[in-house]
Amino acid sequence: MNTPEHPVVAPGYDSESVTKKIADVVLIRPVTRGWLAGLAVAFALLMMMNFAIGWLLMRGVGVWGVNIPVAWGFAIVNFVWWIGIGHAGTFISAILLLLHQDWRTSINRFAEAMTLFAVACAGMFPLLHLGRPWVFYWLLPYPDTMGLWPQWRSPLVWDVFAVSTYLIVSLTFWYIGLLPDLAAMRDRALRKPVQLIYGIMALGWRGSARHWKRFEMAYLLMAGLATPLVLSVHSVVSLDFAVAIVPGWHSTIFPPYFVAGAIFSGFAMVLTLVIPVRKAYGLQDFITLRHLENCAKIMLATGLMVAHGYITELFMSWYSDDQFDIYMTLNRMFGPYWPAWWLLMFCNILVPQTLWFQKVRTSPLILFVVALLVNVGMWTERYVIVVTSLHRDYMPSAWGMFHGTRWDWMTLIGSFGLFLSLLFLFLRLLPAISISEMRKLVREKAEANK
Amino acid sequence: MNQQPWRSLDEFADTPEFREWLHREFPPFASEWPNDVNRRHFLKLMGASFALAGLGLSGCTRQPLEKIVPYVKQPEELVPGNALYFATALTLGGYARGVLVESHEGRPTKIEGNPEHPASLGASDVFMQAEILNLYDPDRSKSVLHGNEVTTWDDLLAVVAAERAKWTANAGTGLRLLTGYVTSPTLLDQIAALLKQFPAATWHAHEPLAPLHATTFYDLAKADVIVSIGNDFLGPGPAQLKYTRDFASRRRATNEAANFNRLYVAESTPTNTGARADHRFALAPQALRDFGLAIAKGNAHPKSSATVLDDLRKHAGKSLILVGDSLPDELHQFARAWNQPLQIAQTTVSNVKSFAELIRDIEGGKVETLIILDGNPAYDAPTDFEFAKKLAGVPLRIRLGLHEDETSALCQWHIPAAHPLETWSDARAFDGTATIMQPLIEPLYDGKSVHELLAALTGNVLTSGYEIVRRFWQVQHPDDDFEKFWRRSLHDGVVAETANPFQVLPAVSPNAKPEVEKPANGAVELLFLADPHIQDGRFANNAWLQELPKPFTKLTWDNAALISPATARRLNLANEDVVELKFRGRSVRAPIWILPGQADDCVTVHLGYGRTKAGNVGNNLGFNAYALRTAAAPWGGSGLEIVKTGEHHPLATTQQHQSMEGRDLIRVSTLAEFAKSPEVIAHLGEAPPTASESLYPTVKYSGHAWGMAIDLGACVGCNVCSIACQAENNIPVVGKEEVARGREMHWIRVDNYFHGSPETPRIHFQPVPCMHCENAPCELVCPVAATVHSSEGLNQMIYNRCVGTRYCSNNCPYKVRRFNFLEYDRNKFENAPVLKLLRNPDVTVRTRGVMEKCTYCVQRINRTRIDAENQNRSIRDGEIVPACAQACPGQAIVFGDINDPQSRVSRLKASPLNYDLLAELNTRPRTTYLAKLQNPNPELKEP
Amino acid sequence: MAQLFQRRANGIANAVIIGGVLLFAGLCGDIFTFGRSDYWTRVDEPQAQTVPFSHQHHVAGLGIDCRYCHTSVEKSAFAGMPPTETCMTCHSQVWKDAPVLQPVRDSLQNGTPLRWTRVHDLPDYVYFNHSIHVNKGIGCASCHGRVDQMPLTEKVQPLYMRWCLDCHRAPEHHLRPTSEVFNMGYETPTNQIALGHALINQQHVAVEGLSDCYTCHR
Repeated sequence: MNTPEHPVVAPGYDSESVTKKIADVVLIRPVTRGWLAGLAVAFALLMMMNFAIGWLLMRGVGVWGVNIPVAWGFAIVNFVWWIGIGHAGTFISAILLLLHQDWRTSINRFAEAMTLFAVACAGMFPLLHLGRPWVFYWLLPYPDTMGLWPQWRSPLVWDVFAVSTYLIVSLTFWYIGLLPDLAAMRDRALRKPVQLIYGIMALGWRGSARHWKRFEMAYLLMAGLATPLVLSVHSVVSLDFAVAIVPGWHSTIFPPYFVAGAIFSGFAMVLTLVIPVRKAYGLQDFITLRHLENCAKIMLATGLMVAHGYITELFMSWYSDDQFDIYMTLNRMFGPYWPAWWLLMFCNILVPQTLWFQKVRTSPLILFVVALLVNVGMWTERYVIVVTSLHRDYMPSAWGMFHGTRWDWMTLIGSFGLFLSLLFLFLRLLPAISISEMRKLVREKAEANK
Repeated sequence: MNQQPWRSLDEFADTPEFREWLHREFPPFASEWPNDVNRRHFLKLMGASFALAGLGLSGCTRQPLEKIVPYVKQPEELVPGNALYFATALTLGGYARGVLVESHEGRPTKIEGNPEHPASLGASDVFMQAEILNLYDPDRSKSVLHGNEVTTWDDLLAVVAAERAKWTANAGTGLRLLTGYVTSPTLLDQIAALLKQFPAATWHAHEPLAPLHATTFYDLAKADVIVSIGNDFLGPGPAQLKYTRDFASRRRATNEAANFNRLYVAESTPTNTGARADHRFALAPQALRDFGLAIAKGNAHPKSSATVLDDLRKHAGKSLILVGDSLPDELHQFARAWNQPLQIAQTTVSNVKSFAELIRDIEGGKVETLIILDGNPAYDAPTDFEFAKKLAGVPLRIRLGLHEDETSALCQWHIPAAHPLETWSDARAFDGTATIMQPLIEPLYDGKSVHELLAALTGNVLTSGYEIVRRFWQVQHPDDDFEKFWRRSLHDGVVAETANPFQVLPAVSPNAKPEVEKPANGAVELLFLADPHIQDGRFANNAWLQELPKPFTKLTWDNAALISPATARRLNLANEDVVELKFRGRSVRAPIWILPGQADDCVTVHLGYGRTKAGNVGNNLGFNAYALRTAAAPWGGSGLEIVKTGEHHPLATTQQHQSMEGRDLIRVSTLAEFAKSPEVIAHLGEAPPTASESLYPTVKYSGHAWGMAIDLGACVGCNVCSIACQAENNIPVVGKEEVARGREMHWIRVDNYFHGSPETPRIHFQPVPCMHCENAPCELVCPVAATVHSSEGLNQMIYNRCVGTRYCSNNCPYKVRRFNFLEYDRNKFENAPVLKLLRNPDVTVRTRGVMEKCTYCVQRINRTRIDAENQNRSIRDGEIVPACAQACPGQAIVFGDINDPQSRVSRLKASPLNYDLLAELNTRPRTTYLAKLQNPNPELKEP
Repeated sequence: MAQLFQRRANGIANAVIIGGVLLFAGLCGDIFTFGRSDYWTRVDEPQAQTVPFSHQHHVAGLGIDCRYCHTSVEKSAFAGMPPTETCMTCHSQVWKDAPVLQPVRDSLQNGTPLRWTRVHDLPDYVYFNHSIHVNKGIGCASCHGRVDQMPLTEKVQPLYMRWCLDCHRAPEHHLRPTSEVFNMGYETPTNQIALGHALINQQHVAVEGLSDCYTCHR
C-alpha cells in the first residue's frame, strides 16, 4: 500500500461537519435540474424496457434473435454481466471490512447499493429468458400436485438458489449498515413526515452502547456470511456453461475466471458511477483519488487474472488437440464474429494495462474512460462465450448465426434505465456515504494525527 | 474419398464480413413488427399478457366444463378412439400411387403407402404425404362460380343441357375437352363415350412436365449397371418409389458384394440420382448430349463415356441406359432398344390430340366450348402459346379445379373439384395396375369429380361418382360375383390382374421436340427442371412442401437460378444476388444460388414458382420460370444472358454450411475396400469410450430397448421422412422469415454434405432424427425434468412440463431439438379452423415456449404396446414402425428392439458398417448409422 | 424536541415484523390447501345434465353392466358414450313418454346428438387409455367411485398427477382380479398387497414402465 499522498479523507473534518456534508445532500440540497434530467432519462429508458417486455410476453421469446442453434442470447449475456457487476459491492463492503481496509468506508454504501440494483436487473433476465415465464416457479422446490421436484443436476436450479441467496444477504447487509445513518437522518430531518419515515426505517435506533455493540457484531457476522458468496455466486453462474458439453463452455477454468471477471467488471462499474457522482455532489474530500487509485489497482489485478483465463483457454484448446475445441477457438478469432472477440481482447486485456501508470490511476477522466471500456469489454466477453460457442458446435449442418433484434437491444438498454432510476432515487433519499463509519474514520484519523 | 474437405461457400463470398455483421446487428425495426397487430390490439394484448405473466396461466381459473357429444347412430365398424384405415390411390401426373389413409372418427389424418400397390410398396413420396394438407387447404374453391357470381351446380347443368342440344345438332363441332395426363379407366371410358356421342368434338391433353419419353418403365432390380444421362429416376415420378426400392435393394450394406449394382450419372444439375452415383459427370446440356451420343454411336470418346460403354457391354441384357426428357430422340431410341430386356411393356391409345393443336384450333376460331379438367394451362402453358390471351377467344369456357387459380380466372364457369380423398374414381400405376379410389370423407366444399362432370356432358343418367365408377367396373366384370370382386378390390387397394400391358396416353405436351444446336462460345445454357417439391406448380399452395428444404440447396419457400461455383466466380455473382435472365427475347428476374456439383456455364431454374392465384400460401413466391419457356425449347437451351441487377433477394435455407469440416459425420467407403477389411468403417472415425472409461455404471434395460438404424447406403435423400414426420406429429409450418432465422421445426432433417472439390463434389445425405442417447446431454441440464429417460431408453420430452430454458437444445450436440419461439400453432399457416381436422389426435399440439423433438413416434409405440398387452402377447419385431421408417422408399430407416438379438435393427447394428454419430462424446446414441458403400469402376478414376 | 415515537412504537414494530412473517406463511398455506380443495378440483360436485341420467337407477337398480353403454372401454382409449340408439333400445318401450326423456327422443328424431357435460375431464396433454387399465385389473370404482350410488354422476378423485402416480408407482395397492373390474361393490381384501403382487405377475402388469412420462404424455 503506497504512502498516502492522497488521504482517505481530506483533512479538516470533524464528526459534525461530516454528518452535515453527507446528510445535507439528501435533506437540505434542493432538487437540481441535473438530477431531474438524469432521472427523467433513466425513467424513459425503464419505460422502453417495459414496452419491450410487454411485447415479449405477448409474442414469445421469438421476438428476440434467439434460434436453433443459438438458443441463448442477450438475456443470458445480460444476466451474467449484471450479476458480475453486482460483485464489487459485497467485495468492498465485506472482504475489505474483514481486511480492515479503511479506504472502503466512503464507497462501500454506494457500492452495496449498486450491487443491489445490479442484482435486481440481473434477476429479471432469467425469468424473461424462459419460453413460459409464468411457470417459473417450477424451478423452486415446493410440494406440488404433480408429485415432481426440480431436476437437481441442472445448474439452472443451482442458479436460483445462488442468486436469491446473494440478493437476500446483500440486502440485509446493506440495511443493517444503514441503520445508524437512518437514525442520523431522522434526527436531522426538518419536517415531521420525513422524520417519521426515516424514524420508522431506523427501527428505533438510539445509538446506545448496547445498540452499537450488537450492531458491530451483526455487521461483522453479515460480512462473514457475505464473503463466501462473492466467490460462490459467479462460480455457480459459470457452471451454467462449464457443465454443458458445448465447445467453448465445457471448461474447468470457468469458476475462478468468472469470479475474477465479475470483480473486474464490478469495480469498473463502481468507478464509472463514483467518478461523476463525487463531482456532482462535491464529495471529492471523502471519495478521494486514493479510493479511485485503489479501485484501479484491484481492476488491474483482476484484469490480469481474466487475461490469464483467456490465455489458458487458448492454450487448453491447442493442448487438448480436440478438433471441435480448436475449431471453436479459431472460429472465435477469425469466424463471422471476429470483431467481438478482438474487441473484448482490446477492452479487457490491452486497456487495463494502462493502469500500471499512476498517472492514469489518479486521473479521474482517463479512469472513467478505462472503466467504461472494461464494462463494454466484459459484456462482449459474455456475448462471445454464449453466441460464438453455440453458433458452430458439433454438426456443421446445424450451424447458424445469431443477430440481436430491436427487442434484444431495447431490453438491454432498458435495463440501464432500471439501474439508473434506482440509483438516482438512492442518491436523493439515502446517505450515499456511510455517515457513522465516516465519523469513526475521522475520529481515528484525528487521534492518529495527535 | 480422401481429399481434404473444403471450407463452406460462405468463405468464397467476397462481401466484407464486418459490415455484414454490423448491419445484421442493427436490423430494420420493421423486421420484427408484425403487420397483423395494430396499436390498440397491441396494448390490449400487452395488458393481458402482463396479467397472464403475473398470475400464471395454469393457476388462475378453474378448469372450464367441457361437453361430450356421442353419436346418435354409431357406425358399427367404428370403435370410438381407434383409427380406421382405407385403401385408395393418389395420382401424380396421372399415374396412381396406392395409399392407406388413416381416419379418426371420420376425418382423414394421415396418408401411408399401400404395401399391396406396385407403385408404393408401402412407402410414400413427399406428395402423397402432403396430399392430406391439400384436402384441408382453406384456400380450396368452395362453390360453383359464373364469372364472379356464386351459383349452383344445377345452373351449370342447365347451361350444359342447352349446349348438348347444340352438340347433338352439330355432332359436337367446336367442343373441346382439355385434360391432364389420364390413366383412369373410367374417365378414359367416359371420354370415349363423349367422343362417340359427338364425333366432331376432340380431346386434348396437356401436362407441362409430361415426360416426352418416360412413359416406358424398367425393372431396375435386375440391372447390374445403370447409366443415367440426365434422367433423375430416383427423383419425383410415377415409379420413384419402385425404382428407389429396387435401387436400394441392390445397395443394401448387408448384401453380399456380388449383388451391388453400379450407377453412372451424367447430369447438368445435382439430383437425388446423381448424388447416389458411383461416378457422376457434371455436364452442361450440350456436353451431356454429346456424352450420350458418344455412347449411343459407340465411338470411344470422351474417355469416360468409353469406359461406361465397356461396362454396359459387359452387362448387356442386365444393364440400363436411362435418358432424360431434354435429350434428343435418337438417344431415346437407342436406349429403348438397349433396355428392351428389362422393359415393362405398354401400348398407347390414339384418340387424344395435343395441346398445340388446341391452340391452333382456338386461333382458327374453331373452338366454341372448352372444358378444362384440372391442370392449369393459363399458368404453365408454353409462354409463346399465349394461351391466356387466346383463351378469351373461346365463347364458352368451363373449368373444373381445386382452386380458383390462374385458369379459372379466365373461364366463365368454375366448378370446385372434389379432392381425390373426397370422391370415387380410379387410376392406373406405372405398370398398369388399377386402383379403385374410394372417398374418405364427404366433399368438404361440395366439390364435383371429373366423372360427374363428364356424366353431365354425356347426358348420363348415373350422376354420382360412386355409380359411375361402379358401373364401369361392373361392365368389365359381368360375372355374378362382382360384389366380391368389388369389395376385394376396394379392400386391397388394387384391382387384381390389371398389371401391364395396358394402354397409356402417348407423350403429351410440351409437344415440340427439343431442337439440337451447338452453343455459341462461352454462352451460358439454360435448363428447366420441375421444382423438386412443388413440381410444375400444382403443389404451390401446400405449406408443408413449401417449407420442406429442397435437396442440395436446402432452400425453402423460393426457387433460384442455380449456377456452379466456377461460373459464379467468373460472373462475379454471390448467393442471393438478383440477376435478369434473358433467354431468346424473354426475360425474368431471379436470385442466384451457387450450387456445388452444378455443371459450369449452365443455369438451372425450377418451374412452378411465381404463382399469382395459387392461394394465400403459394402466391407471389419465387419467380415464374415459365416466362422463359417456349414450346420450341421446353427444356431450355443455349444463349442465356445473365445481367446483374445489383438487387438482393434473401433466400431461406435450412443448412448454411455443407462441408463436414473433416469430421466423421458420414462414413463412406468402397465395396472393394470393405470387402478387403470390414474394419475400414471403424477406422474412419473415433470409437466410443469403453464402459470402463466412464465413472458411472452403464444402465441396464430389462424390458424393451428401442433403437433405430439408418442405412446411408439405402438413403436417396428424397426428404419423405421429414414430411411424413411432420404429418404424423402435428409439426407446425413457420414460414420463410422464421426459417431464415433458423427456426424450422422438422423433427427429422436430411443433412446434405458436399465432399471433395466444389466442381465435382461427392454428395452425401444423412437423415438426422433425435439420437435418443443413453447418456443424453439434454437430460441433465433441464431444471424441471421435462426431458428424462424412459425405462425403454427413450429420451422423453414432456411439453407440458417444459418451461422453455432451451438449455437442452444448447447441450444437444446433434441439434435435433426444436423450439416454439412464437405461437406457431396459431400462426397464419396453422390457425385456419378446418386444419383442426387434420391434427393427429394421438399427439399433443405444442404451445408457444416449449421445446419439442423426435419421440420415435411414441404414440405408435404406446398404441402397439397397449394392443399387445391387452392381448397378453409380446410385441412382434417390425410391429412398431415410426412415420419416417414407414414412408422411406429405400427402407433405409429400421426401428426395433435392440434387446432382441433377432430383431432387424439388432442385426443391422451388429454389422461392421454400423457406427455412432459423434461417438467420441460418449452419448451412446440409440440411433446409429450404417456407412455408405460405393461401387466405383476401378478402370475409371475420380469422379 | 418532542419524542418522535411513543413507547408503544416498539410493540407495533415487533408486531408488524412477526405479523408479516406469519401472514406470508399463512398465504402460502392457503394457496396450498385451496389448490387441493374439492371446490377447485370439482370433487363431489354433481354436474347438471340435459337428461338427469341416474347411474344409481340404471346400475344398482336395474343391474345394467357398465359395458352395455360404455362399449369400447375394453377395446379403446375412450370408454365410449352410448349413442342415442342405445338409450332408445329400452326407452322406446319403457318411459316412452316420460317428459325428462324428451331430449333423447328429439335426438333420435332430428339426428342431433345429446350433449353431456364431462365429469371426468383430463388435460388434453394426458393420454389416458381405458382399455389397458380395465384389462390389467383396475376397477371402474377405483377412479370413478361408487357410480352405482350416484343419482347424478360426480367426480370422487381430484385426478391430479400426484394421485395418478400414487397408483402407477405402487399398483399392487389397487389391482383386482380382472373378473372383479366391473364389480362396483368390490371390497379390498385384507391381503391386498400380497394379492396385488401376485396379480402383477398373473395379469402381466409391466410395472417398470408405469411411471415413464411417455406412459401418459406424448
